Amino acid sequence: MSNWEVVIGLEIHAQLATRSKIFSGSPTAYGAAPNTQADLVDLAYPGVLPVFNGEALRMAVKFGLAIDAQIAPRSVFARKNYFYPDLPKGYQISQYEQPVVGKGAITIVLDDGSVKRIGVTRAHLEEDAGKSLHEGIANASGIDLNRAGTPLLEIVSEPDMRSAKEAVAYMKKIHTLVRYLEICDGNMQEGSFRCDANVSVRRHGAEKFGTRAEIKNLNSFRFVEKAIQYEVARQIEIIESGGKVVQETRLYDSDKHETRSMRSKEEANDYRYFPDPDLLPLEMEAGFIAEVRATLPELPDEKAARFARDFALSGYDAGVLSASRELGAYFEAVVAALGSAPGQTHAKLAANWVMGELSGMLNRDNLEITDSRISARALADLLRRIVDTTISGKIAKEVFESMWTDGKPADAIIEERGLKQITDSGAIESVIDEIMAANPKQLADYRSGKDKLFGFFVGQVMKATGGKANPAQLNELLKTKLAGGQAASAPLS
Amino acid sequence: MLHDLSIGALADRLAARELSSVELTRHFLARIERLNPGLNAVITVTAENALADAARADARLAAGERGALLGIPLIHKDIFCTDGVRTSCGSRMLDNFIAPYDATVVAKLKSAGVVMLGKANMDEFAMGSSNETSFYGPVRNPWDTTKVPGGSSGGSAAASAARLAPFTTGTDTGGSIRQPAALTGITGVKPTYGRVSRYGMIAFASSLDQAGVLAQSAADAAAVLKVMAGFDPKDSTSVDAPVPDYPALLNASLKGLKIGLLREFFDGLEPRNAQLIRDALAVLTSLGAETVEVSLPHLPMSVPTYYVVAPAECSSNLSRFDGVRYGYRCENPKDLTDLYERSRGEGFGAEVKRRIMTGTYVLSAGYFDAYYLKAQRVRRLITDEFRAAFDQVDLLAGPTTPTPAFPIGAKMDDPVTMYLNDIYTIGANLAGLPGVSAPCGFVDGLPVGLQLIGPHFAEAKLLGAAHQFQLATDWHTQRPRGYE
Repeated sequence: MSNWEVVIGLEIHAQLATRSKIFSGSPTAYGAAPNTQADLVDLAYPGVLPVFNGEALRMAVKFGLAIDAQIAPRSVFARKNYFYPDLPKGYQISQYEQPVVGKGAITIVLDDGSVKRIGVTRAHLEEDAGKSLHEGIANASGIDLNRAGTPLLEIVSEPDMRSAKEAVAYMKKIHTLVRYLEICDGNMQEGSFRCDANVSVRRHGAEKFGTRAEIKNLNSFRFVEKAIQYEVARQIEIIESGGKVVQETRLYDSDKHETRSMRSKEEANDYRYFPDPDLLPLEMEAGFIAEVRATLPELPDEKAARFARDFALSGYDAGVLSASRELGAYFEAVVAALGSAPGQTHAKLAANWVMGELSGMLNRDNLEITDSRISARALADLLRRIVDTTISGKIAKEVFESMWTDGKPADAIIEERGLKQITDSGAIESVIDEIMAANPKQLADYRSGKDKLFGFFVGQVMKATGGKANPAQLNELLKTKLAGGQAASAPLS
Repeated sequence: MLHDLSIGALADRLAARELSSVELTRHFLARIERLNPGLNAVITVTAENALADAARADARLAAGERGALLGIPLIHKDIFCTDGVRTSCGSRMLDNFIAPYDATVVAKLKSAGVVMLGKANMDEFAMGSSNETSFYGPVRNPWDTTKVPGGSSGGSAAASAARLAPFTTGTDTGGSIRQPAALTGITGVKPTYGRVSRYGMIAFASSLDQAGVLAQSAADAAAVLKVMAGFDPKDSTSVDAPVPDYPALLNASLKGLKIGLLREFFDGLEPRNAQLIRDALAVLTSLGAETVEVSLPHLPMSVPTYYVVAPAECSSNLSRFDGVRYGYRCENPKDLTDLYERSRGEGFGAEVKRRIMTGTYVLSAGYFDAYYLKAQRVRRLITDEFRAAFDQVDLLAGPTTPTPAFPIGAKMDDPVTMYLNDIYTIGANLAGLPGVSAPCGFVDGLPVGLQLIGPHFAEAKLLGAAHQFQLATDWHTQRPRGYE
């Protein structure tokens, strides 16, 4: 394996979140009864003509600006000609020689923490095809043209990725970006975000790329990873056993985790692209780009950098918390509600809880951050009780779970269940005395040098107090007591 | 007789309530019934709808409403989608196709109160210059029924010439209005590309197709064009420019109008045809116009250029006819490929297949640059030459066709000779320019057309020149024998 270098390029198809289709007035909503969202234009009736939906252009330009790409002052729609029942016109309206978005780039973070730039060759507008339904109809296939004419932005990368992991990181980054920009809902199950992967291998140091295979229609990050891994192994095995990789289109079988041939280069269609005479070239009007630029939100990289800088978070934490606009907003709301002492915020505490407990619960219940059962304000109310030492972090987790299930505020739960932390030294000391008296053997062993028994005493005291003893105070007091000294009151931290 | 009256005269009589639209409609329906069997110009007659529409028009007239076309009958070329009425495009492929909507042209005329009598025969998918490629059989020229009427709007032209309707609609991709108008002795107008909506007009070659009118005179055509023209948000290539009041502009003086004689249009033109064109220009100069000779060196390349561009677009435009959603579907397809191959193989005629194959070839990998791209470059050169010519002159003039109508069957085995029929008309389509053909005499009893071409959106000037010419001549009032 290590003799081989893997070369991957991705073509990502992102469905643009316009309300109507790219060339007709039909709605784009997912899941309607077959053919109820297809008008005469979508059905390619004789005589009908496409009319471009300007909202799709706005979205494409937004994407182009976000990846720092050149926006073409003039782009042209072309027809890609081939016959298929889910393609009613017998051609797909796409862009070929003059796409709307030119060269740009994004960065991904590799496992070792280093940053890698991945080039985007172009992004162009096109229409989606319908769907063929091969099940449930005897001796025939059905066609659902609801999806036909849904706007797509096809984002083509440079062959810059060198592993399946990099490919996934790139795809995730684009996924994050299109959702930030609110140009695509990113729903991969519904096919709103999917990709084709071009994969080849070459010996390390080789100048020329190997022959590539294109794996079609991958609609999950996991499938992308698995399909590429399988394909890489397949190609290496072919070459190492003296064979040659053939240029072809392959399909990924997600049940068997393998790719299989769909059609070879020889069988490939000649698409006979030519400019669509029914549509005028898209001329970028003066001021339009600036107008779109003004609508750009803070982008993921910018947000992550700001989180790292302003909240003193690690690059990793900042990256996780900026992975979606909603998560970033939630985190910031927690920090803001929690307030800050001069010169310091409790951002790290908030970050740990959002990435830890909260994300865990959301995952468990399969919820989005926007559907969280605990609001940012409620979480801040809980964290405030850790900060002011009303409860320990451990107790806080218990409170958090109750909040999640009952929806009650943190203070009410703490009050109801008497979870308030014991910070009275006298009270803690008397518990310590009881424990020491009840465990003479352990006390003797400790005093003869078995330091490890310290934990045993901590555990016993916590057990006896129901976990409510202030941990820092307990540590101080216990150390002194076990050493045989008279405890001075430990200050609160 | 009613069918001798101009649209203006008919509208006056309708307005004066001396005539009802129902009477007028019955008159033309009767003519269709009597005369169409010898011509095959009309392939669908919608008598019942027509009488109902006429009654509605009469009600509007009775209520005091007036309109240049209110209550006037017409026949649409069968390329325009007509809601609830078969729209065949002259093809077996759409023989069973009932359009579920109206083309914009149809809708506009309908709301102006025009009464549709039926649908006119045409070359299959508008591909032809003789109306012999129609699935419904050839149309005969009323001037000599052994001759073709021209094409592709051959049914519309023959119907207008035989007065089966006061006017008809047509489409012109390479001369399909002007050439049949010339061969049948009527006035045909092909507007500027983008002047009239293409929505609902079944596409042949989208960058060239333009709807227009075939009528008894330039004045009638002006009244119709005023209603047909205008921006349509459903057609991205239609142009958002105000529509002039064409009828009101017909009487502008020709004094000082500069007309360019296209030298290339007289090369090889039959001497008797050439003489008629020179005579027509003499009439125009007598009305105050000046003529100068103009040369467009690349114009002779318009036919080969057209026969790359038009088939390329048609090969793609006709892909939707696949037997899946509407139209002809073969019997018992055994799989998808069989469904495609037989539905298209059986549904399309020979000329359509020839053009689909030509178009597919010129767009193919390895040939695209040599054919399609080169043709686009020549197209631009021709357009530029026209533009330069219009810096010097107001209008260009020449013959519409190289010869008068030819015998049915004479050119069907020789596509190249057939294609050369459009040698004088194609240039205007390539450059998107408006053109008019007006009758200017006869050779051996067959009509000859004078063609005028103007700069973009110069329809008013073209119609004005043709109208002044028609005030000074009576070629356009001649009737073919048997159709008086």
